[in-house]
Amino acid sequence: MKADIYGVMAEFDNPTALVNATRAVRDRGYRKLDAYTPFPIEELNDVLHLHKNKLPLIVLAGGILGGLTGYLLQYFVTVIYFPINVGGRPLHSWPSYIIITFELTILFGAISTVLGLLALCGLPMPYHPVFNVPRFSAASRDRFFLCIEATDPLFDKQRTSGLLATLEAKEVSEVAH
Amino acid sequence: MADEQLVIEKPQSHEILARGYTFGTITDQISAVVLTKRTPLFWIASFGLGFILLQLLLASAVLLFGKGTGIWGIRTPVMWGFAITNFVWWIGIGHAGTLISAILFLLNQKWRNSINRSAEAMTLFAVACAGLFPLLHMGRPWLFYWLFPYPNSTTVQPNFRSPLVWDVFAVSTYATVSLLFWFVGLIPDLGTLRDRAKNLFAKYTYGILAMGWRGSARHWSTYDTATLLLSGLATPLVLSVHTVVSFDFTIAIVPGWHSTFFPPYFVAGAIYSGFAMVLALAIPLRAAYGLDGIITLRHLENCAKVMLATGLIVAYAYIMETFMAWYSGNPFEQQAFWNRMTGPYSAQYWFLVTCNIVSPQLLWFKKFRQTPVLLFISSIIVLTGMWLERYMIIVSSLAQDFVTSSWSLFHATRWDWATYWGTIGFFLFLFFLFVRLLPMISIFELRALLPQAKVGEEVKG
Repeated sequence: MKADIYGVMAEFDNPTALVNATRAVRDRGYRKLDAYTPFPIEELNDVLHLHKNKLPLIVLAGGILGGLTGYLLQYFVTVIYFPINVGGRPLHSWPSYIIITFELTILFGAISTVLGLLALCGLPMPYHPVFNVPRFSAASRDRFFLCIEATDPLFDKQRTSGLLATLEAKEVSEVAH
Repeated sequence: MADEQLVIEKPQSHEILARGYTFGTITDQISAVVLTKRTPLFWIASFGLGFILLQLLLASAVLLFGKGTGIWGIRTPVMWGFAITNFVWWIGIGHAGTLISAILFLLNQKWRNSINRSAEAMTLFAVACAGLFPLLHMGRPWLFYWLFPYPNSTTVQPNFRSPLVWDVFAVSTYATVSLLFWFVGLIPDLGTLRDRAKNLFAKYTYGILAMGWRGSARHWSTYDTATLLLSGLATPLVLSVHTVVSFDFTIAIVPGWHSTFFPPYFVAGAIYSGFAMVLALAIPLRAAYGLDGIITLRHLENCAKVMLATGLIVAYAYIMETFMAWYSGNPFEQQAFWNRMTGPYSAQYWFLVTCNIVSPQLLWFKKFRQTPVLLFISSIIVLTGMWLERYMIIVSSLAQDFVTSSWSLFHATRWDWATYWGTIGFFLFLFFLFVRLLPMISIFELRALLPQAKVGEEVKG
């Protein structure tokens, strides 16, 4: 069943209040929550248990793929497809392949970092309910927000809003879909 | 929301941010440069100068395509002339941006946050200017794609044993990675501009570019990992790019080129000229936009220190280069260096020594490092000196190589100069467009530097 709202959102005016509130809410057992801040806050990673993500693995795979592409491309071209004898040097002259292998490792690694970042964050995202809160535009300026989503099993519009209001929140509002 | 009044104290010379900034005022001050209808006279003048010089570039390129590379002074044996000199110079300038954004990030240097965005933009535009030269120098630039290995009906492929092909890969990778790094850094700030823009067109444009960034803690966590990984990838890359550029010379056997210490010497020279360009851009910008609370004397002083350090490495390289020429016992090497110091290019040689080695010694003095005007002049001198260094390496080595009968001097034509100044115009044009359309300072990284961004002790209760 789809809830009639996306969740409830509390606004804070300093990072300490946000981190404390997030910790308190998580301690009460809420799991479907997210914080919105104008800059990265390391403590939130601890509170929300966000230490692991798959990005390094994606980049490693991209880098290895790039390195293999670079080396095999040069091997294929200089040994099989278009062999030219330069001063009697062996066709498989691996030392001269190092640079392009390295460059393509970096190139593929960097591209997979960016694509991986976008994929893991689900961006580009043309619409998201949190923007329905009028004051949310301050999340990119000087305000800190905590949103408990309606999909959380403990979610109850009145009780959850009441809980957020006790946590030094400046304002608590409902987030429409 | 009501805008707060900007109240800051005059920054102390050791501070990286003036006291008194809040999350709001720092956001407002930087985004106001972009989100205003009022364009300062300084911007119009600088952009106008760039625009005029850009027309000069277009005119010389049109003439070049019409008549061929003969309009330049390149004649046998000096076939590289200005084109490759300018290429190496511009690529070198770009290096400081990546150094600031990647290496100083890994070294946890907080002061980089005020200048990394504009330095990265500088990298991107410098690489764009650099990339033009090999293309224009080809004579038939519309066939540039022959440089890449692609399936074609002639079944001819590039020679992967050639440093010139390595250069194609190095420079195009560098340009791509710099662009990605710069854009990833911009995403949160584009979100800020989207939320603050009043004009509907601006709101939509920044909105599309921000791709729906909403500052979620989950996103920030991944974002931080991405920044770290990109820095880790860009660090070896930036060191490799000028190394590969130097291979264009060292792999050849021309006296004055064929030496193993070119890679570190080139990288140091690149960072040297790059920091000079960072200062040459930052000093007028902070004065014109009143940013001296964000780009403080501390930043200028640190850039000056990097310049001094890399300048000393360059000085060491000049001395070593000369010593090795003598010590090698190779008469051609010895002749090449003797020609540099006393031959037809001796005036340029001693001028570059003055610019690159003698004049930066003033940077030892704290008073000098903390006077923006003097630093600005000093950085222009270094930029000139570094251009001359590349000119010296390329032109004097080619003009007088092994066989005396094939010696011939290089004479730059007015179109050489027009193309060179044209790319300076292209650079200014792009850079000032960037200043006007995108936040020139990373807003979110500065917010994180403010004392109120620290999360206090956990309140039990």
